[in-house]
Amino acid sequence: MTSPVLSVRNLEVEFHTRRSVLHAINGISFDIAKGEVLGVVGESGAGKSVTGLAVIGLIDPPGRIAGGEIHLSGMRIDHLPPEEIRRIRGKRIGMIFQDPLTSLNPLYKIGDQIVETIRTHLNLSETAARKRAIDLLAEVGIPAPEKRIDAYPHEFSGGMRQRVVIALAICAEPDLIIADEPTTALDVSVQAQIISLIKRLGRDHGTAVMLVTHDMGVIAETSDRVAVMYSGRIAEIGPVQDVVQNPLHPYAKGLMGAIPTLAGEDKRLVQIPGSMPRLSAIPKGCSFNPRCGFVFDRCRVERPEPIAHGTQAVACHLYDAAAKATIKETAA
Amino acid sequence: MLAFTLRRAIQAIGVMIAVGVISFSMFRFAGDPVNQIVSLDTPAAEREAVRKSLGLDDPVAVQFARYFGNAAQFKFGVSYQFRQPVSSLLAERMPATLELAICATIFAMVFGILMGVYSALKRDTVLAKIFQAVSLIGISLPTFLIGILLIYLFSVTLGWLPSFGRGEVVRVGWWTTGLLTLSGLKALILPSITLGLFQLTLIMRLVRAEMLEVLRTDYIRFARARGLTTRAIHFGHALKNTLVPVITVAGLQFGSVIAFAIITETVFQWPGMGLLFVQAVQNVDIPIMAAYLLMVSLIFVTINLVVDILYTVVDPRLRSTIRRPA
Repeated sequence: MTSPVLSVRNLEVEFHTRRSVLHAINGISFDIAKGEVLGVVGESGAGKSVTGLAVIGLIDPPGRIAGGEIHLSGMRIDHLPPEEIRRIRGKRIGMIFQDPLTSLNPLYKIGDQIVETIRTHLNLSETAARKRAIDLLAEVGIPAPEKRIDAYPHEFSGGMRQRVVIALAICAEPDLIIADEPTTALDVSVQAQIISLIKRLGRDHGTAVMLVTHDMGVIAETSDRVAVMYSGRIAEIGPVQDVVQNPLHPYAKGLMGAIPTLAGEDKRLVQIPGSMPRLSAIPKGCSFNPRCGFVFDRCRVERPEPIAHGTQAVACHLYDAAAKATIKETAA
Repeated sequence: MLAFTLRRAIQAIGVMIAVGVISFSMFRFAGDPVNQIVSLDTPAAEREAVRKSLGLDDPVAVQFARYFGNAAQFKFGVSYQFRQPVSSLLAERMPATLELAICATIFAMVFGILMGVYSALKRDTVLAKIFQAVSLIGISLPTFLIGILLIYLFSVTLGWLPSFGRGEVVRVGWWTTGLLTLSGLKALILPSITLGLFQLTLIMRLVRAEMLEVLRTDYIRFARARGLTTRAIHFGHALKNTLVPVITVAGLQFGSVIAFAIITETVFQWPGMGLLFVQAVQNVDIPIMAAYLLMVSLIFVTINLVVDILYTVVDPRLRSTIRRPA
């Protein structure tokens, strides 16, 4: 197997506030291979977006990467000087943000914004860059791109603007695209189009995609693998089929149970009691323990590390062989 | 675009007519002008003759129509104190005021924008904090005090710059300019700073606040994610987005600069329209006061019109709403 496009090891991100240090990301590790789509799910505040921003080097003070390593195609990028990480942004890592309505500068024509980005990263003439911009707009499905290139952002609909944003993200043929909730702000009918567009682009160009969302439907449709995040940690990671059909972590089980099915069974949806802990009050041990139905003593003191379990990896003491024995004992 | 400009121009004319009514009514309510012209022992018959020669015995409507017709041709009557046509008095003084106002505005804009951008981008540096502190002083000190302090420092103590007047002026057609002689330029410095300082601090604080606001927006974050250079982001993307409010304020302030040049002109004995106006007030010279009122409103209205049109140059979103009026 060739080395993965993106490899994150024990990443830690913290935010310094006046009173204390908040740990937004608490030692997460994952890989994304060439052409693979990794879905990252979790509730608001689980650290999904922060992970994406950390990879692209856009964590602003008071936040900082406190530990771990990020490798892009084998090259370590987490503590490059600002000017060098800037060269990587947009060229080797493209990013798509949540709200296409506010992602584009309202005062410039979209063509100028694309040409500006292309010429920042590639050594092309104005004319060549413009030609490339038209091709890109055509590729992301903007009709009549040679005309629309001279339009301003406000002259596009939300879905079309997100296409422009995607064109901007892929304009320098990046190795990795980070899509941070790319469909959340869009109409349901447009969501599917954008998702299939991202998927197609990833496949055609062999680009690795990190898709951050809280929509399991989007993940199931798009991703090859999925990482379930909970309060700054990866609770479970594995092939999307396995995680959706057979979730291991109690939190992942709850998450999958909360997805309504179209089959029409009149079962009540499972609800996870309580809410995610605030960053300033993460419980000791497993951060999910106060809400977990399977909680036992060890969960309250020791933080679970990811354990390989078939194709999946899960951070839960229930899957620790030793732990299983303890449960049996107490049950007996 | 043309329709928009025309609509705004018609509104502007409406404003000018309203101002015209006010300025005309000054003649009727600010005392009897004949008393200002004649001396105490002038016989009644002679007073009536003066009244008749000035057309003051006609019905109000006729006087107003005549006043308006004349004002539209920039004829504002004859000054009571100078016995000269007001329009030529104003024309003589206008270059001085305009040169002063333009210099003050350029000074305020250039330094205001530079200092504002700097203090937004380097928020935590000592220099940025000094700018903030100094701007508080600039915004709270009255103009005449700043003028006097500057005169004390640079004219009296150091003796570098003149404390009053325009210096040598050169006549270019009907326009007299102080920009072409060394003494004229030197004379411009202190009054320009005095007049522009308030505007400078205002623009600086505005640019800083707007810039900080814009730097937080999604499109700036996205511009960074696209890997654009910091320079392109700050000066290409962020600064342009701060310009709409800056144009508004700077434009309206230019009107104020001309109108409030009165104080600066008095402090520096600057031979402009403001000084003329102060003398007119002291001598109840109503034609000058009325004409000054009209001139200043005309300037304000014109600037507003220009600012409205400038918006559309900067912001394409306004362009399309103007094209299709809702």
